Amino acid sequence: MDVKLKNLTKKFGAETAVDKMNLDIKDGEFVAFLGPSGCGKTTTLLMTAGIYKPDNGEIIFGDRLVNKVQPKDRNIGMVFQSYALYPHMSVYENIVFSMKLQKKSKKEMMLEADRVAGLLGIGTLLKRKPGQLSGGQQQRVALGRALIKKPELLLFDEPLSNLDARLRITMRSEIKRLQRDLGITSIYVTHDQVEAMTMADRVAVMKDGKLQAFMPPVELHEKPRTKFIAQFVGNPPMNFFDVELKSEGQNMQAFHSKFTLNLDSGRIPGRGGKNVVLGIRPEDIAIDPSSDIKAEILIVEPLGRDDLLQCRIGDLDISILADPKEKHRSGDMIGLDMDSRSFQFFDPESDQSLLWY
Amino acid sequence: MKLKRDNFTLLSVLTLIIFTAPIILGYLWLFISTFSERTYGLKPVDVDGNLGGFTLKNWAFLAEPDIWLITLNTFLLATFLTMGVLLISSLAGYALSRVNFRGRKTFLSMTLILHAFPSVTLLIAIYFVLRFISDIPLLGALFGYNTIGGVVLISIALQLPLGIWLMKGFFDGVSWDLERAALIDGCSRWRCWWQIMVPQIKPGLAALSIFSFMTGWSSFLIPYTFLTKGNKAVLSTYLNAMMSSDTVSIQYGILAAIGLFQLIPILLFYSFTQKYLMKIFSGGSHGGV
Repeated sequence: MDVKLKNLTKKFGAETAVDKMNLDIKDGEFVAFLGPSGCGKTTTLLMTAGIYKPDNGEIIFGDRLVNKVQPKDRNIGMVFQSYALYPHMSVYENIVFSMKLQKKSKKEMMLEADRVAGLLGIGTLLKRKPGQLSGGQQQRVALGRALIKKPELLLFDEPLSNLDARLRITMRSEIKRLQRDLGITSIYVTHDQVEAMTMADRVAVMKDGKLQAFMPPVELHEKPRTKFIAQFVGNPPMNFFDVELKSEGQNMQAFHSKFTLNLDSGRIPGRGGKNVVLGIRPEDIAIDPSSDIKAEILIVEPLGRDDLLQCRIGDLDISILADPKEKHRSGDMIGLDMDSRSFQFFDPESDQSLLWY
Repeated sequence: MKLKRDNFTLLSVLTLIIFTAPIILGYLWLFISTFSERTYGLKPVDVDGNLGGFTLKNWAFLAEPDIWLITLNTFLLATFLTMGVLLISSLAGYALSRVNFRGRKTFLSMTLILHAFPSVTLLIAIYFVLRFISDIPLLGALFGYNTIGGVVLISIALQLPLGIWLMKGFFDGVSWDLERAALIDGCSRWRCWWQIMVPQIKPGLAALSIFSFMTGWSSFLIPYTFLTKGNKAVLSTYLNAMMSSDTVSIQYGILAAIGLFQLIPILLFYSFTQKYLMKIFSGGSHGGV
């Protein structure tokens, strides 16, 4: 089932939580809502679920306008951050609760519960109470409760936030696999950009109730439309500094008070003025002793595979990734070589990208 | 370290003994005097003032049929009060905790103010209300002036502010997600309240029912004022009648026996349910407006 949001708006008192949101989700697509807390992503999800009533705009499932349809009649399944299992019921009762409300036969409930339990590997837990389960098991049960209805739309509200890091990675791929096998259209709310990038077919980035971008993860990473997206997506975060652009004969150059960079001819801002914000990711800066740009290492943060070096050029802070084998120490001076093919440019006023629009 | 801790325990126990001694001694006296002719301090004595004089005649009132009718009345009052308070408070508490409607905040603060008023100030007004109900056919016979039903109705009303606030506090503590999950699973609001929410606040319901039952069981002012058979109405009014008889001198032994008789159900009730009662302070809370 495809889902369309048209001009969706929700206000809480004077505050606008979601502002004219437009989104077109294809049948079977896995979409992530990504943004910092308070950006309106959960509000949008709850409107889709029918818990909140939108103040304006339309929610369309397939070709059915569902604005006024009760949650129970929307044929959706939802998984919560707090799992929200019914504590006084056994795992089995939790899973078949929706079928019980539909007055399905005992035999049918058993059959369906077995199917879902097999799918999620929770067959041995059916007699237990939620309180006796670990976080990961509880989340599987919650997933089972959502799946047993054979929903046309699955909603996830930060389902992995309460799990430990290791389990989160396992569950991440498991949810993704299940979603693809079952082909259920899904919306996944998260503030974790890694989750959004790894799981989603397309990511909707939100900020202050407004949709910033809606595109596949790789494009989000490579072609950020705003400075906010560039900052939010990618780990460690992108470096930014103000530069002035000038033409030097055939070439364009970017002037910073401490250094000058040559621009790549294939990557020159197509609009905007002379003063722009230049962004570059830590992994696109190489260490080159012969470079004129000299930086002092302030802190070395070992990340395992890489070392994250917090460096300073004059009063400009910049972070770069380095090979741990090179054994950099704080206080060392190093030369930096920035890859001009990876530069991003943003308008200092509007924060809009000057490359992608 | 261990020694220090033992000292501390000893000290706290000692402090507790000192402060609770007057109460414990009072109950001890009550217990002893029900089985004695007379008492001299805590010492049971016979008519001549010698140690002894044990007797069961103070308990003779149990043989009268009246006392059982009175006990039944008291039990009915306490039971219906508890049921009424539980039902109304849990419904109102849920609405106040979960539903946003006009006048919600005003309602909550008004309830709190009502909770603070002593019920004695309302006696005359309540009298007129009950007289008014008496004039309604059928309803008047059940809930009018001079009926147990009427007394139950008033007692429920006076108990509601506490009950509603308590229930709201407990409902506030239940996660919204649980309710959302139930709504998505196909519950109606009513079903969600009954099947999902109420089971989560069982400790609160238990605590409120104990409070209400004890209030109903020992209530005096309302039954005394609105039941004209006065001394024969409920245990507390019966006890009061024994104390203020003009014709015979007060018989403390019988008085103590009736007092103890009235205490027994509460003591039993309390000892079985005190762990729930404690949860009022640990589990639930008076949530914010």
